[in-house]
Amino acid sequence: MIFLQLFLAFFKIGLFGFGGGYAMISLIQGEVVTNHEWISTAQFTDIVAVSQMTPGPIGINSATYVGYQAVLNSGYSPTIAILGSATATLAVVLPSFLLMILVIRLFQHFRNTPIVETIFGLLRPTVVGLIAAAALLLMTKENFSTPSESPWQFYISILLFAASFIGTQFFKINPIRMICYCGVAGLLLYL
Amino acid sequence: MNTYWDGFKTFFKIGSFTLGGGYAMIPLIEEEVVNRKQWLTKEDFLDLMAISQTLPGVFAVNFSIYIGYRLRGLKGSLALTTGTILPSFLIILLVAMFFTHFSDNHVVEAIFKGIRPAIVALIAAPCISLARSAHITLTNLWLPIFTVIAICLLGISPIYIIALVAIGGFIYGKYVQPHE
Repeated sequence: MIFLQLFLAFFKIGLFGFGGGYAMISLIQGEVVTNHEWISTAQFTDIVAVSQMTPGPIGINSATYVGYQAVLNSGYSPTIAILGSATATLAVVLPSFLLMILVIRLFQHFRNTPIVETIFGLLRPTVVGLIAAAALLLMTKENFSTPSESPWQFYISILLFAASFIGTQFFKINPIRMICYCGVAGLLLYL
Repeated sequence: MNTYWDGFKTFFKIGSFTLGGGYAMIPLIEEEVVNRKQWLTKEDFLDLMAISQTLPGVFAVNFSIYIGYRLRGLKGSLALTTGTILPSFLIILLVAMFFTHFSDNHVVEAIFKGIRPAIVALIAAPCISLARSAHITLTNLWLPIFTVIAICLLGISPIYIIALVAIGGFIYGKYVQPHE
């Protein structure tokens, strides 16, 4: 019963997937490649690459793709494989749903107590640090290239970085529009 | 306009343009949900970040559950989460069924080379306005600095940092503050 197994595997991934999409990928690999052997390592690598390159959260993208591929590999038709996608995606979201609703109810209850206010007074500056750290960690060779490896790509990357920062911060350009501009710039400059 | 439909559309848009991991969604949520729709204040946004960091699951999904619930309860959560998930679902199925060599495509690669540095800038930019909302002053500036050092140089997971600060805040609020 692949659908039930798929549901249970992705429910588990959703429940223990602390730290967002990238942390989830290793859990998915453990369940789907190592444990159940629904998908080969090579196929999984392709799925992760596609999940990173398509819009949407990586955790959802990879769940959708793995659900489809796992059912297809088990000998079902592509139409039935769509059900595999739906199963995996719903299962990975369900634990979030249950936990978030629980936390929201608790939070509403305790929000205005002095202790909770003190805690969130400290957490807010911490979260700003968290976001800054995320941006710093993304300044990698994969995203910017290096002057020695590909000077052309490196300087264009720096330029697009600066343009996006200044454009959204000082000229109030909508971030979605900024992403589209940079996508077009990439197309014109790299193709 | 119907709140369910409005929420669904907003998160469909956010889901469609979240490229390259959960943090890429931060500037989109800030612009669409905080500035434009004003469903959350900047303080709420920071609180929600802290909460979603400590819970398992996909970041964008946790956000849509929370905001949907605040707007229209459980049904609101369902509407917004469907909006977040649907673009992924449709695009991935399209790729899985018809474009199995998607990641070797030169056009896609060129577009992404342009987008990646932009995403990094878009994540960095909100820090300035959020720092104001978080009331960062000289007395608590050590908190974000400590966080950046712990994550970038020591490789500590954000969950532990949030947990540590929350426990510290609890002890301070319970035992130190009442005696001040």
